[in-house]
Amino acid sequence: MRRSQPRCIITFVTTAMALKMEKACHANHAPGRLIPVPREITAGCGLAWMAAPEDAEQLRAVMQKEQVTPQEIYVLEGKANGNS
Amino acid sequence: MIYLDSAATSLYKPPGVAQAMAEAVCKLGNAGRGAHDAALSASRVVYGAREKLAELFHVGDPMRVCMMLNATDALNTAIYGLIRPGGHVVTTAQEHNSVLRPLYQLEQQEMALTIVPMDNTDGRVSEDDILDAVRPDTCAVVCAHASNVTGNVLDIERIGRYCASHGVLFVVDAAQTAGVLPIDMQRMGISALCVPGHKGLMGPQGTGALCVAEHIAVAPLRVGGSGVHSFSHTHPTAYPTALEAGTLNTPGIAGLSVALDFILETGIDAIHQKELRLAQQFYQAVSSIPKITVYGDWKTDHRAAIVTLNIDGWDAAEVSDVLMQEFDICTRAGAHCAPLIHQSFGTENGGTVRFSFSCYNTEEHVQTAVQAIQELVQE
Repeated sequence: MRRSQPRCIITFVTTAMALKMEKACHANHAPGRLIPVPREITAGCGLAWMAAPEDAEQLRAVMQKEQVTPQEIYVLEGKANGNS
Repeated sequence: MIYLDSAATSLYKPPGVAQAMAEAVCKLGNAGRGAHDAALSASRVVYGAREKLAELFHVGDPMRVCMMLNATDALNTAIYGLIRPGGHVVTTAQEHNSVLRPLYQLEQQEMALTIVPMDNTDGRVSEDDILDAVRPDTCAVVCAHASNVTGNVLDIERIGRYCASHGVLFVVDAAQTAGVLPIDMQRMGISALCVPGHKGLMGPQGTGALCVAEHIAVAPLRVGGSGVHSFSHTHPTAYPTALEAGTLNTPGIAGLSVALDFILETGIDAIHQKELRLAQQFYQAVSSIPKITVYGDWKTDHRAAIVTLNIDGWDAAEVSDVLMQEFDICTRAGAHCAPLIHQSFGTENGGTVRFSFSCYNTEEHVQTAVQAIQELVQE
């Protein structure tokens, strides 16, 4: 069984906006990566940006600077996945 | 072989276009469909191309750049997606069938259509006449930036600003100018810009874009797979997904992206000056030959690198065929999908022969073509 860590998840309305986020984060040396949207979240686009919860403020600043429009910003608690 | 048909499609491509396409076929997944490496790599390629197109055409927001199959696809999407039956539309006699046929079809659904005529000597359409044709019930002006037959260029900034100030949509067919003449969507007041990826942008066939201005809503021509909102009965409305139902031509877009790098690095002015200089050399040589009629307005340098002509006593198709068979030169004969121009020039029976130039053509190509024409005239 795997146990996920707490995560900051940012969703987007379109895949193109998710890709803009990736490019913005790389350009600004901000942490995180694109992942499939977790099942707890309903999102417009199938891609989400994942980083640690403590990175949320830095990511907000990057999005504001680079005109990346998020759909929602979530902080998910860690939980068990799969069958034990 | 000497290729002088770049107005139909670019044969000569910037370095790396074909290689990028081959690598895309071998390595890229489906853009916007999944988060694994192959899919993300494809998504990055597509997004990169979107950004470059937005930069080239001053779209503002790359999200408003929607990938299309070609200019016809973009024009159909824009025209059917913006114009509702019952309104009035202004277009011109220099248009390609990719503009005319959708408008004729809407005309059958009670859309009123005004076709602004052209001068039957130099093929010019007057911007004044276009603006004068706008009525209180006009919903859109649809026109080509440059004619694919004469190479004549319209002042789209003047038309666009007028449209913007009168609440009229402005749809531009940039099939002959995208990548070679400056286009600034925001400054020029363009509502929808329709571009092919395979002509002046020098990407592969099967690529194109529809750039949609902020606050303009285009109803989609196609709905279906979007990779998102799978349980919704309706297609997503956010751009660019709204107009990109189905799998994109990622290998084509990968090639287009490399071509866009070349254009942005080289600069469209440098590209256009090179091809225009070659067209002018050809024009100056052939226009002085007796028995040759060259069409279009050659009093101005502000034009596309297209020279269209007829030789007295020759059928245009035969000229083009002989140029191919005996001189190894590719040209395009016929009506060029622009029927109203030929009706105005009186060339609807035989059409004309079009020579269109690329920045990759050379002065030797021009000299060879001129010599070939001289030989045909002397027969």
